[in-house]
Amino acid sequence: MKRWTLAAVLAILATVPLWVSGTFYVNIASQILLYAIFALGVNVLAGYAGLVSLGHAGLFGIAAYTAAKILGAGGGHVTVAAAALATTVVVSAAFAVLALRGTGLGFVMITVALGQIVWGVAYRWIGLTNGDNGISIVARPSPFGLALATPRSFYWATFVVFLVAIASMAAFVGSPFGAAVRGTRDQPRRMTALGYNVWMIRFVAFLFSGFWSGVAGLLYLYYNQFVSPQAVALTASAEALLMVISGGTGTLLGPIVGAALVVVIKNVASAYIERWNFVLGAIFVGIVVFMPEGLVPGTVRVWRRGRGR
Amino acid sequence: MAEGARTVTALAVRGLQKAFGGLRVTSDVDLSVAPGERRLIIGQNGAGKTTLFNLITGELKPDRGTIHLFERDITRVPSRRRAHLGIARTYQIITLFPRDTLLRNVALALLGLTSLRWNPFVRLERQTALLARAREVLAQVALDHLADRPLAQTSYGERRRVEIAMALAQNPRVLLLDEPFAGLSIEERQDVRALVKGIPRDVTIVMIEHDMDTALDFAERITVLHFGEVVVEGTRAEVAAHPRTKEIYFAD
Repeated sequence: MKRWTLAAVLAILATVPLWVSGTFYVNIASQILLYAIFALGVNVLAGYAGLVSLGHAGLFGIAAYTAAKILGAGGGHVTVAAAALATTVVVSAAFAVLALRGTGLGFVMITVALGQIVWGVAYRWIGLTNGDNGISIVARPSPFGLALATPRSFYWATFVVFLVAIASMAAFVGSPFGAAVRGTRDQPRRMTALGYNVWMIRFVAFLFSGFWSGVAGLLYLYYNQFVSPQAVALTASAEALLMVISGGTGTLLGPIVGAALVVVIKNVASAYIERWNFVLGAIFVGIVVFMPEGLVPGTVRVWRRGRGR
Repeated sequence: MAEGARTVTALAVRGLQKAFGGLRVTSDVDLSVAPGERRLIIGQNGAGKTTLFNLITGELKPDRGTIHLFERDITRVPSRRRAHLGIARTYQIITLFPRDTLLRNVALALLGLTSLRWNPFVRLERQTALLARAREVLAQVALDHLADRPLAQTSYGERRRVEIAMALAQNPRVLLLDEPFAGLSIEERQDVRALVKGIPRDVTIVMIEHDMDTALDFAERITVLHFGEVVVEGTRAEVAAHPRTKEIYFAD
């Protein structure tokens, strides 16, 4: 059943530009996908490793800023992508070494601090980041000759990256390493006694998580052709975490549903209601009250009960 | 290594001290267990039995003293490496993976000692050799019929046996059992007792038991701990006859 759900969702997503009219909604679909990639990355830690990070917007932003700087300096698209992702992974490693000194609340607080350092640099180091004004890029690059300028072509490019992200997540979740990561979440003590290096497992999971956050950050820059401190703010980290929690932590589909929810409300509701944050907040409260495990596992539960199981 | 005259010990603990703040939990504990031996450690609550296990597995670092595994000094070897060297343990408080099936629990124990545990590319479900071995281990504790049941849906007695299965899966040279009978009914106790008796002789077993009667027939030698010190050690008869044992167990 799970497999069919996933196939159906992917089929719908692949054909979005064909049945959705107007560039506005295609662009929203692109945003959903890129934030879904981000949320999938955050979910590796928050869902499978049991480590809640509130600093991942920092990693997301580092990829975006690095790419913007290198594009500005005239770098080619391969150099840009490689350098942005390499930088993100290196910074992720530094984040991980510092944050993994703690677990639980300690881990959360250290990631908040690290994220805020990135934000501080983005906001204050004007020579490097142009401060509050942010950095613009002239145009979306054309990787391997593919023009990404139109909303449709950008959507499909994002969709391909999204598929790779999903595939890598599915492989990770079903693999022995994925089982080890979940083991360190549930019984770190036992895992050590079983011969696992709990710290190293968490470290590698952090790098994996950081990598996909970086990919999302890169897509974000290409999409907006602009990055500013807003992208690396604490609220951006919190939003990513809310996507994961509202959709369902530790599930493959949850972060995608959560990303769709947040992006749609942000873009659609804000057209009608000025205080759209209120709508988002109310929906989250509703989710926490009625489906505390998240929308995806919650819907499965309700559906099963409806069938009299 | 050691001089030829000395007989090999499976586990040798010398002068082991551990204090939590001002509280001495073990003071100067000496313990020497021969290969294949069945050793029982008894003592009242707070005698330092579990702390001794935590020191042997490396979960705690001793303030002083040494630990040798088959004449190899492992005092400074990290806990996870000790698992690879052949120390396995069970926990007094069930420490298993409640969301996973019994098979997955045991598979995780098997995986811990192979390099496969780092592999993010293959599917765990397709590791047929590993999963077949996990079923074998579950059969050893007579739980193979429940292999695909989530741990959360099993009884307490069954979980106790999974605890032992996890440790057996690690193919240990020294097996530390921390109160394997705790909380079990008389019938369940008999099952676990038979199970422990069936463990082959190439595994050295050290068992903590709070209650002296339960595990007496298991033990070849008994060590009595009292306030972090070894007060009596010897055969069953020697320990039972020792005045200090009576003092500790029947004083008040």
